[in-house]
Amino acid sequence: MIEISHVDKWYGAFQALKDCTTSVAKGEVVVVCGPSGSGKSTLIKCVNALEPFQNGQIVVDGIKLNDPKTDLPKLRARVGMVFQHFELFPHLKIIENLCLAQEKVLGRSHAEAVAKGSKLLDRVGLKDHARKYPAELSGGQQQRVAIARALAMDPIAMLFDEPTSALDPEMISEVLDVMVDLAREGMTMMVVTHEMGFASKVAHRVIFMDQGEIVEDALKTDFFGSPRSDRAQKFLSKILSH
Amino acid sequence: MNYHWNWRIFWEPAPNGTGNYLDMLLSGLVLTIETAICAWIIALAFGAVVGVMRTLPSKTASSVGFAYVEFFRNMPLLVQLFIWFFVLPELLPHGSGLWLKQIPNAPFYTAAIGIGLFMSARVAEQTRAGINSLPRGQKLAATALGLTTAQAYRYVLLPMAFRIIMPPLTSEFLSTIKNTSVAITIGLIELTGEARAMQEFSFQVFEAFTGATVLYLLINVVVVIAMRFLERALAVPGYIGGK
Repeated sequence: MIEISHVDKWYGAFQALKDCTTSVAKGEVVVVCGPSGSGKSTLIKCVNALEPFQNGQIVVDGIKLNDPKTDLPKLRARVGMVFQHFELFPHLKIIENLCLAQEKVLGRSHAEAVAKGSKLLDRVGLKDHARKYPAELSGGQQQRVAIARALAMDPIAMLFDEPTSALDPEMISEVLDVMVDLAREGMTMMVVTHEMGFASKVAHRVIFMDQGEIVEDALKTDFFGSPRSDRAQKFLSKILSH
Repeated sequence: MNYHWNWRIFWEPAPNGTGNYLDMLLSGLVLTIETAICAWIIALAFGAVVGVMRTLPSKTASSVGFAYVEFFRNMPLLVQLFIWFFVLPELLPHGSGLWLKQIPNAPFYTAAIGIGLFMSARVAEQTRAGINSLPRGQKLAATALGLTTAQAYRYVLLPMAFRIIMPPLTSEFLSTIKNTSVAITIGLIELTGEARAMQEFSFQVFEAFTGATVLYLLINVVVVIAMRFLERALAVPGYIGGK
């Protein structure tokens, strides 16, 4: 589904990604973790072509990202993305947030978009909030809306960029629950997160990054049981014991 | 001071035969409003486009926008009007220069366009500031949903940016109205022009300019109130103007 091969990325003279190679199969849940500044958010943004990269290739569902002929907006519409700071559109009501791209990008009718949006709001437990504005919801609720907004596009895969890092602790679980459900339904997911509980519950594989490199790319059980690299061991001992 | 006050002057017939002096001032007011509205439409349209250009990733677009803004905001308005009105017709080939000079109402069009372009540089800077004040993630989120750059601006960035810059835009609109008085120098007999004419006919200089001042104040108060209503109508909960 997602093939990342030998990707290099620089911000000016700083190399943010170094020869990153990995893949996510259909229906697979891959958790990307690592210390801050390790390039995990950059990597996931590259998968959606939100960040350009200089070398290497990323192929999503058979489509090459850095092929000039690729219709990037069309490809992005098929890959859902959830951000750390939710990024709902503040001037639109919740239901309008869910409808905008359905209508403008997929060309669905307003009625069709509202029906789909309402169904997804119900699914994330926020049916009663459809007519509110984003600022009237809590962080956890906003993030669940953001997930529903991405799902409304019927994505072939979902990317999560630290979806719970901006949330108060008591709101983290309501967002993780939605993500766990999604994973169990077989959604292809690439998740940047520090929530190792989530990783151990639903991830198939864990990727550990440090200083722009993929240091470890292992099955979940191998990663938690016996990380091969020192850096991963140190990272795990720090975040599991805090 | 040996000055003969006469506040009743406004109801005395004016020598230009169009009614009394108040009618004279009011006809100037109408022209001021017409000029200001045309100039404001030009300022908003060009300002929005140039402001957006300055936020685009394209180097060409942002340097064109930069040059535009610096050109129009770094020259005094008076000089710009003189250039459009007196210099431009001479620079053009003879035929089109002559045509330009003979357009009826040339002072009106020159003032509307000249003031509009001058103000558009300021609107462009406000627009750019509004767009740049939004979190970077808003553009990313719109893009990630498959919206094109144009759609992202149209449906996501500009609606919020314009809400944020509504208060400074109100100031710019007021400036546009007041700047129309500069057009007196290219022969547009708007409110200030009519006040001066009234002074010349009647010698009641204080009454004439007090009348003009009150009328300027009135339209600006109307604009301020109208913009407040607009701000409130477009308010977004949790953001500027909202609860």
